[in-house]
Amino acid sequence: MNNLKKIEYSLKKRKRQESRFKIYGLLGIATAVTFLCIILSSIVMEGKKAFLSTYIKLEVYFDPDIIYTNNDQKEEDIKFANFQKIIKNSLNSFFPEISDKDELRKLSNFISSSEEENLMKLVLKNKQLVGQKITLWLLASSKIDVINKNPDMELIAEEDRLISDLELNWLNEIRSANNIKSNFNKNFFVKADSTEPEQAGIWGSLVGSFFTLFITLILSFPIAVAAGVFLEELAPKNKFTDFIEVNINNLAAVPSIIFGLLGLAIFLNVMHLPRSAPIVGGMVLALMTLPTIIIATRASLKAVPPSIREAAIGLGATKFQTVTHHVLPLSLPGILTGTIIGMSQALGESAPLLMIGMVAFIVDVPGSFLDSSTVLPVQIYLWKSTAARGFVELTAAGVMVLLSFLILMNGIAVFIRQKFEKKW
Amino acid sequence: MKKSSLAIVALAFAFSTESIARDQIKIVGSSTVYPFATVVAERFGKTSGFKTPVIESTGSGGGLKLFCKGLGTEHPDITNASRRIKSKEVKKCSKNGVTDITEIKVGFDGIAMANAKSGPMLELSLKDIYLALAKDVPADPEGNTVKPNPYKMWNEVNPALPAAPIVVIGPPPTSGTRDAFNELAIERGCKKFPGRKALKKKDKKLYKSQCRSVREDGPYVEAGENDNLIIEKLVADPGALGVFGYSFLDQNRDKVKAAKVDGVFPEFEAISSGKYPVSRSLFFYIKNAHASVIPGIKEYVREFTSAKAIGSDGYLVSKGLIPLGESERAQFEKDGKNLAKFDGKVLNKK
Repeated sequence: MNNLKKIEYSLKKRKRQESRFKIYGLLGIATAVTFLCIILSSIVMEGKKAFLSTYIKLEVYFDPDIIYTNNDQKEEDIKFANFQKIIKNSLNSFFPEISDKDELRKLSNFISSSEEENLMKLVLKNKQLVGQKITLWLLASSKIDVINKNPDMELIAEEDRLISDLELNWLNEIRSANNIKSNFNKNFFVKADSTEPEQAGIWGSLVGSFFTLFITLILSFPIAVAAGVFLEELAPKNKFTDFIEVNINNLAAVPSIIFGLLGLAIFLNVMHLPRSAPIVGGMVLALMTLPTIIIATRASLKAVPPSIREAAIGLGATKFQTVTHHVLPLSLPGILTGTIIGMSQALGESAPLLMIGMVAFIVDVPGSFLDSSTVLPVQIYLWKSTAARGFVELTAAGVMVLLSFLILMNGIAVFIRQKFEKKW
Repeated sequence: MKKSSLAIVALAFAFSTESIARDQIKIVGSSTVYPFATVVAERFGKTSGFKTPVIESTGSGGGLKLFCKGLGTEHPDITNASRRIKSKEVKKCSKNGVTDITEIKVGFDGIAMANAKSGPMLELSLKDIYLALAKDVPADPEGNTVKPNPYKMWNEVNPALPAAPIVVIGPPPTSGTRDAFNELAIERGCKKFPGRKALKKKDKKLYKSQCRSVREDGPYVEAGENDNLIIEKLVADPGALGVFGYSFLDQNRDKVKAAKVDGVFPEFEAISSGKYPVSRSLFFYIKNAHASVIPGIKEYVREFTSAKAIGSDGYLVSKGLIPLGESERAQFEKDGKNLAKFDGKVLNKK
């Protein structure tokens, strides 16, 4: 009787233990999910603002006196014409009461300086415009854009605000005339870095990331697969191969900045490759990705049952044929999954690129593997460290772009694994 | 593995022969000059038809190190600096063949000490800054002997200051801001003690090491070459004081407020007139041998030194640069045009 009670008592205790254990697990997951939600929602809340930019409607008069300064109506004249003055005059015609020089300069800061170039191109394309007055939607400068997107900023004290009370009054006048609108921010998707937030875009660094990852892929994939196949299928088991194996596993855990230092020492200082170029970045990241892919390759080769190898060899295939005809195709889904995960790791990496000069201000979208460029995470870092307020939302939007590429790549990896992986 | 590394080497060499020509200016250097140089570079790229220069923010010391590494397209053409080049660096440059450089001063910058808006209003003297941040502080009122800095609270340094722990977030030793801060704030505070001043004549080396070193026991926190990070840390910790350039103060007035140093706020007028004690000059250095090889260097220098950019109402002034006097600017514009050779001897005169 006594024993039965003891057992009953201990059973209760063990069951309580189990339910506690479950609760701990649930708590762990709940905390992780909460933090993830907080991070993601704060990024999306901030970043979604960057996908819109503010435009101001103006009557632009292409004054021939300003454009054709030499009176000979040549293209040269248009190229060097003072379009800033044209914009200033257009703004002035909306606010005819302003005549103070200083105030006029403040007013002309409402419009992004990129519009000078755009107007110049417009006139170059259609010279008939000179002398005409047309209504255009011009891109607002970042300052106005930020105020327009965050109405609560108007309420803070004047000295703490980005724009003065006077400028705010002008903005409200433009608003009441219904001359302001928000539109899709195309610049963000077609331009590279800029010092003006409204002209900065993610495209340059996206192209840079693409070039860099391409180099990483074509270097690391064949090398890693060859190394993995050799170690797993062909190499004799001895102390030397054991040593290599230990080293590869160690390499996978080396902090990425070390690879950057290696890249600086070998690729830049010894081989004299250009600084800031995607080719060097790709090579550094390839070194970093190699162990990941080698380990994935070996794991998926190991997962192929020995019976398949034995059958192939039994039918007279050579080792080479066994590997290329049977083992490798069967393990390919696993290898590809590992490769994609290694690639997405490389996509999010910025520390090693610091050493080889890819953390830089680059305005031109790179056109080749040798052009200077940055990559996505570096662009995010650079925007984060810039003083101008408009970059806050660009930073968050950059994170969104990076995250969506990571999700896409990892999604492809999961898809390949689900779809093609064989279970024995 | 051997095969794979061979393949990498082969591929690298195949590309490296191609990479010798470069048609884009490469600039490195100070994080304080970076926001100004990027604006100039962008305008230059848009208007001149040359490629937009690539600019890296490496800190003044790091930039000069890269700059002095040698001649050739793999080395940068221009380095920005928030302090003057040191004679040690001039020597290193010439040892590597970089003998012909041009110095351009672009303007001034005040080093602000600021805390969060919600923090207390501070009025510091150079002496307070020295006593709070130096590695060794005077052990007697005259300053004849020193002891390791024992102060943990502001009111231990000066009873007029609040009873709050000393926490100062500032740039690392590679930064020009840090060099200038050591020289302009710490050393000048040090000189207020007669005993320390006397040491300068007796043993200059010891004086420099004692009067220019910042404590490493915690109250001074190094924040990396990222002034925005410092501002964010200040907002998160209202008790902390930050050290950064005027342009960052100007852009973040809604978040931080400056402390008075020797009774003066770091304001535009006070810095350009020299009234604010902790102000320094900003420079960039051009490698003259590159000017004939890399297209656009001369034009970039012309853009940067023009009145349009750094004159008293140039576009960099609205970004927070404090301009030079007009005659000084014109002189540097001329120097830039002629690529006047910088004479390292002027550094030894001091």
